[in-house]
Amino acid sequence: MYPPLPNPSVQPSAAVYGEQDLIRRSASSVPAPSRQLTEVAKLIDVSKCIGCKACQVACLEWNDMREEVGENRGVYDNPEDLTPAMFTLMRFTEWVNPESNDLEWLIRKDGCMHCADPGCLKACPAPGAIVQYSNGIVDFVHENCIGCGYCVKGCPFNIPRISKVDHKAYKCTLCSDRVAVGQGPACAKACPTQAIVFGPKEDMKQHAAKRIEDLKSRGFANAGLYDPPGVGGTHVMYVLHHADKPEIYADLPKDPKISPVVELWKGLTKYAGLTAIASFVGIGFLHHVVSGANRVSDEDERNAKRLTEDQTGGR
Amino acid sequence: MEKPYDVGPGERVHPGDPVTVDRYTTAARINHWITAASLVLLALSGLSMFHPSLFFLSKLFGGGENTRAIHPWIGVVLFFAFLGLFLRFWKANLWKREDGTWMARLRDVLTKHDENLPEVGKYNAGQKMVFWLMSILIIVLISSGFAIWDEYFSQYTTLDQKRIAVLVHSIAAIVIICVWIVHVYAAIWVRGTIRAMTRGWVTGGWAWRHHRKWLRELVTGKNDDSGAKRAR
Repeated sequence: MYPPLPNPSVQPSAAVYGEQDLIRRSASSVPAPSRQLTEVAKLIDVSKCIGCKACQVACLEWNDMREEVGENRGVYDNPEDLTPAMFTLMRFTEWVNPESNDLEWLIRKDGCMHCADPGCLKACPAPGAIVQYSNGIVDFVHENCIGCGYCVKGCPFNIPRISKVDHKAYKCTLCSDRVAVGQGPACAKACPTQAIVFGPKEDMKQHAAKRIEDLKSRGFANAGLYDPPGVGGTHVMYVLHHADKPEIYADLPKDPKISPVVELWKGLTKYAGLTAIASFVGIGFLHHVVSGANRVSDEDERNAKRLTEDQTGGR
Repeated sequence: MEKPYDVGPGERVHPGDPVTVDRYTTAARINHWITAASLVLLALSGLSMFHPSLFFLSKLFGGGENTRAIHPWIGVVLFFAFLGLFLRFWKANLWKREDGTWMARLRDVLTKHDENLPEVGKYNAGQKMVFWLMSILIIVLISSGFAIWDEYFSQYTTLDQKRIAVLVHSIAAIVIICVWIVHVYAAIWVRGTIRAMTRGWVTGGWAWRHHRKWLRELVTGKNDDSGAKRAR
């Protein structure tokens, strides 16, 4: 068992990291931070999850969000998808293992993966609306968000949701406010089986390795860690008993990366576009300087007069 | 004589010194300037969300949130305003035999060797290309725009479709801005043109120099009040 974080002191304490620890800021640049924070990670061991949804409740509680009472759609997922209020969601899958013919009930806690290479941040056009700290947390700064929904298109995991009320994007913050005062995320705190643990990313990997070894000894030959390299690794990782097929866990992408369409839009198009516009203006300017204005001559006016008079006179 | 295809309503020759030619009705000019204003506002608001270095343009619209909210609505205004222009001008913009010749002699156009160019109707090949490019691009822009207008239409497209739509939208926007630059530059470079859209008329010499076929059609179609109508 990974030791849970101790209960914090109730005395107010200053945040241990902040603006000065940003490594990326959307649509703007930040000075290189003077220190590197320890990278953190949340490790979700799906094999230990009992589907109690305490994490969802804790998330709503801590973030002071309320989800509307929904409808039963014949599945355990509640609400049926992530929403602007529901930053984390247990997704339930009934899967028949073709090898054993056993019905396996797969439960995955979905939410922001806090990618090392965040697609949302890359896509965001609003300066400072999405930030990334050197500890790996990717956070939305709502006062800078313009609600365009570009982050939704940038995200390889389909996580951000735009509020219909204030038109701003919402997602899991990895409880950056709690982490800043030495606590762990609310979901990890609430989890009764330690399926969710939180700590330095290196520790989480070591803890995961032990869990994977244990799972393998119990017959899950393909047990493994989900820390996808296509997005530079993530700061929310899964221990999966079938790590060779992440897609069976409610469509967890096998090799997530920022869509090439988004890369093209935020890469070549952005620069080539402005270059094209500037070139057209420049060519126009140069052409005018070289050729001079195209003026109507007196002869043109005389010709027009003659044409008009010929016709008028001819009738 | 060939049937005049491009003489529109309200176009008339007034003999005098100089000769003047009515080119655009008041309604057409108002229609044009609504379209023009929408296109400029769309370019400014769109560019602010396209490149971080231009985000400051969003201040013109009262900040990023307002820019995001207002941009699609201006797009709707542009669509209908341009539809008005399209219905007014499409016929005079149909491609004719002389347009190919004119395009082939683009070098003469740019070097002001107007004497080497074929006589053209109300619009030359360059203007026709601007017209058709604008028409096509506006359709591309409004359709891709609906796919990324999340406030009302997010449920109708998949995430992958939205990604493609946002890329198509930005490329089409860049192209239409370039077409717009050509349009504006041509109007400035060819002196006497802008008055057609501000006051509605051009001089006879301007029409003789740049749209001689149109002028001939206007003149032979008679220059009394009903002339243009009868000529159609």
